[in-house]
Amino acid sequence: MHGILGWGVHLPRRRLDRTEIRPVAGAGGGRGTRTVASYDEDTTTMGVAAARDALAAADARPRTLWFATAEPAYLDKSNATAVHAALRLDRAAGAYDAVGSVRSAMGALRAALDGPGPALVVASDLRTGLPGGTDEAAGADGAAALLTGSDRDGTPLAELVAWTSLSEEFLDRWRPPRAAASRTWEERFGEQRYTALGLEALKLALGEAGLAAADVSALAVAGLHARAARAVAAGSGVPAERIADRLDGAVGNPGAAQPALLLAAELERAAEEGAAGPGRIVVLLTLSDGVDAAVFRTTGALAGYRPVRPVAEQIGSGAPVSYGTYLAWRGLLPVEPPRRPEPARPSASAAARNSDWKFGFVGSRGEDGAVRLPPSPLDGERHPMAGETGTVAALTVDRLAYSPSPPVIFAVVDFDGGGRLPVELTDVDEGGIAVGDRVEMTFRRLFTADGVHNYFWKARPVQNSKPDASGAEGAG
Amino acid sequence: MASRGIRDRVAIVGMGCTRFTEHWDKGVDELLLDAAGEAFTSAGVTKEQVDAYWLGTAQSGMSGLTLSRPLRLQGKPVTRVENFCATGSEALRQAAYAVASGAYDVAMAIGVEKVKDSGYQGLNAFPIPNDGTQRTLTAAAMFSMVAPAYARRYGVAEDEMRTVLARIASKNHANGARNPRAQFRKEMPIEKLCAMPAVAGGLSMFDCAGVADGAAAAILVRAEDAARYTANPLVIKGLSFVAGDGSGVTDPSYDYTSFPEVAASAADAYAQAGVTEPRAELAMAEVHDCFTPTELVLMEDLGFAERGTAWKHVLDGAFDRDGDLPVNPDGGLKAFGHPVGATGLRMMFEAWLQLRGEAPPDRRIATAGSRSLALTHNLGGYPGEMVSFVSIVGTA
Repeated sequence: MHGILGWGVHLPRRRLDRTEIRPVAGAGGGRGTRTVASYDEDTTTMGVAAARDALAAADARPRTLWFATAEPAYLDKSNATAVHAALRLDRAAGAYDAVGSVRSAMGALRAALDGPGPALVVASDLRTGLPGGTDEAAGADGAAALLTGSDRDGTPLAELVAWTSLSEEFLDRWRPPRAAASRTWEERFGEQRYTALGLEALKLALGEAGLAAADVSALAVAGLHARAARAVAAGSGVPAERIADRLDGAVGNPGAAQPALLLAAELERAAEEGAAGPGRIVVLLTLSDGVDAAVFRTTGALAGYRPVRPVAEQIGSGAPVSYGTYLAWRGLLPVEPPRRPEPARPSASAAARNSDWKFGFVGSRGEDGAVRLPPSPLDGERHPMAGETGTVAALTVDRLAYSPSPPVIFAVVDFDGGGRLPVELTDVDEGGIAVGDRVEMTFRRLFTADGVHNYFWKARPVQNSKPDASGAEGAG
Repeated sequence: MASRGIRDRVAIVGMGCTRFTEHWDKGVDELLLDAAGEAFTSAGVTKEQVDAYWLGTAQSGMSGLTLSRPLRLQGKPVTRVENFCATGSEALRQAAYAVASGAYDVAMAIGVEKVKDSGYQGLNAFPIPNDGTQRTLTAAAMFSMVAPAYARRYGVAEDEMRTVLARIASKNHANGARNPRAQFRKEMPIEKLCAMPAVAGGLSMFDCAGVADGAAAAILVRAEDAARYTANPLVIKGLSFVAGDGSGVTDPSYDYTSFPEVAASAADAYAQAGVTEPRAELAMAEVHDCFTPTELVLMEDLGFAERGTAWKHVLDGAFDRDGDLPVNPDGGLKAFGHPVGATGLRMMFEAWLQLRGEAPPDRRIATAGSRSLALTHNLGGYPGEMVSFVSIVGTA
């Protein structure tokens, strides 16, 4: 039986207080916060962050990587391969994009569960709406990764019991390529279609599993049509206290990442409520151009699973971003650029030669024992560093250097296992870091030039105390 | 293996230097013609009498044609050299060795930079195609890390350190104010400098070198021939150059309070020149004050002060024009400006004026007449990964 072997979630550190929206935009906003990707994050980098956590918490090497998003950093060129490189997966592990809609993420998960394991499904999304609109306030940025496989591949934490998919072509929400925001048809039309589809699929899936609504411990209804999701939950026959929180209040709806995020959050809740024991039924229902209903049954191993950065912990640990900065990061408020030349695009051939360094953050160790970053051709041994933590040895703030979001906060980092790198910091405010502070590495997009995204690693304050071995061992 | 040097074998017999400023109305060609023309006149030679040319420019032109075309040189060897911000000194070094070798009788070293056509403040290096993982930090930010590291190591309080750095800037501005060829000709009081907003780490714009266009040139001959050209040549005592291996940026033991490449090049130059007590023997030093903390650390790396004490000597005025070892009497990079390829030769130009008694009275160093040696120090790169040049020259 195939199932879930592990997960990782990445909620960007920045949170937009929705009450900041209306005074500026004249409309929209609301209560609570939504997550906001930093200027140096995109769906690829957020996907890497979630996937690193999924791999760090489970002992399995994926044979297949699925990367699903409705906001791909590239078209024509795969984004899954960048995730693959950053994770340092085996070359023989296939990496594929599933791009376009929330539904893509469910398709990827289904393919992963159907195919040979272990497989890694990374779903990531950036949700943008026009200022003052519903999508702006309701959306979220984030990523969630699910590691799937059978008991031959690892220890299933939740087994797939049934999957029902209904496909339907109708127009509720659409977005031409490159448009800043989605457009939607009259809400009532989509609500009625989705509500009917959701209830039908739930009934079919439970029937296939030989279960009734009363057997469901948790029902998570994902999808961008919020009213339909609520209506499906209300009509499902599952008691209200077993309906999963859609995390609208503090996180928002991260589109293609929402199904995996809600499933991860429910599995974490089930693990915490360990007293309930194994055999809990968790249903994930996703309303997107049809519906997918997946029925999972938790196993005894779930209680012992420790996610690297639990969802609840991430929800509670954000830092504010002002509405003006959010708009600037999104390109919705063009701001005066730094008066420095914009950086040149990275060289494709140089990046390819050095991809283990650039994407995988692999240094070298010489016969003298010294760790060198970047790796030296004179050193015999490759030395993976992505999972290393370090200490800030020197620090500066550069108000003159080019940055998509000045100023540049920059540190000389000495790594615990040896090696030093002068490197940009991220997810940190000026004055929020000092010499001697602890940092870890995070995969980011430094800038984009000629449409080429320049991915590399930055340092940020250590997020938790758990060891992170992702990408550190076992790969080429 | 040896660094034997060319002590007393080569002499500078003529020099030229343009004003360093925002030359909106002059290009590379005009700057080269001005500096070369002044040097030819100074040495009493024509361009045909110069056998070989070395042109230093970091990025204002490529190949010897950058010089041979505007000067209309025919059939002459012209070599373009580049070595970061020490490019001008590198041109001098190559020309000196060529003359010392006997290959040529007369050589010119000339440096130029036209930085103000970029449309941006500061210096901006040409991007060499790369994998996108290189630092994009400014030099100001890289050098800004020196100040807190030094203060922490030697127990200098933050506001005291601020005063030390302002004292260095104020000294160099005071010297530049007396120099008609300098970019900035205004004195800057310490209190005003301390109040400037930070742009990189704790450094303000006034902790940074001026960015200017300019050119400077020298004519070199064998020392025994010098009298044919001038009664007051400047004789080369030592020339040293060290390119570091860049390990400072990857080695956790590097602590940003010194520049080992500078200390190594200074030791080599002193050995070549037979200098044992630089603080007592040198009449003056022109050092690479790209940022104020750089000058502070250089005082120790060049052996002018014991480790951890330079900040006190700075506060005591030891390196003022009337101090016991005047440093950057022409204003330095700080006030004279820093056209990359020209800077090393500009430093030599001040030694040329001061040691030969040609500096105007209001800028004359207190040591003039009593000592006969000058040092020029020119670096390029960043803390932990730099190139460093040191020369010792004298009038006898």
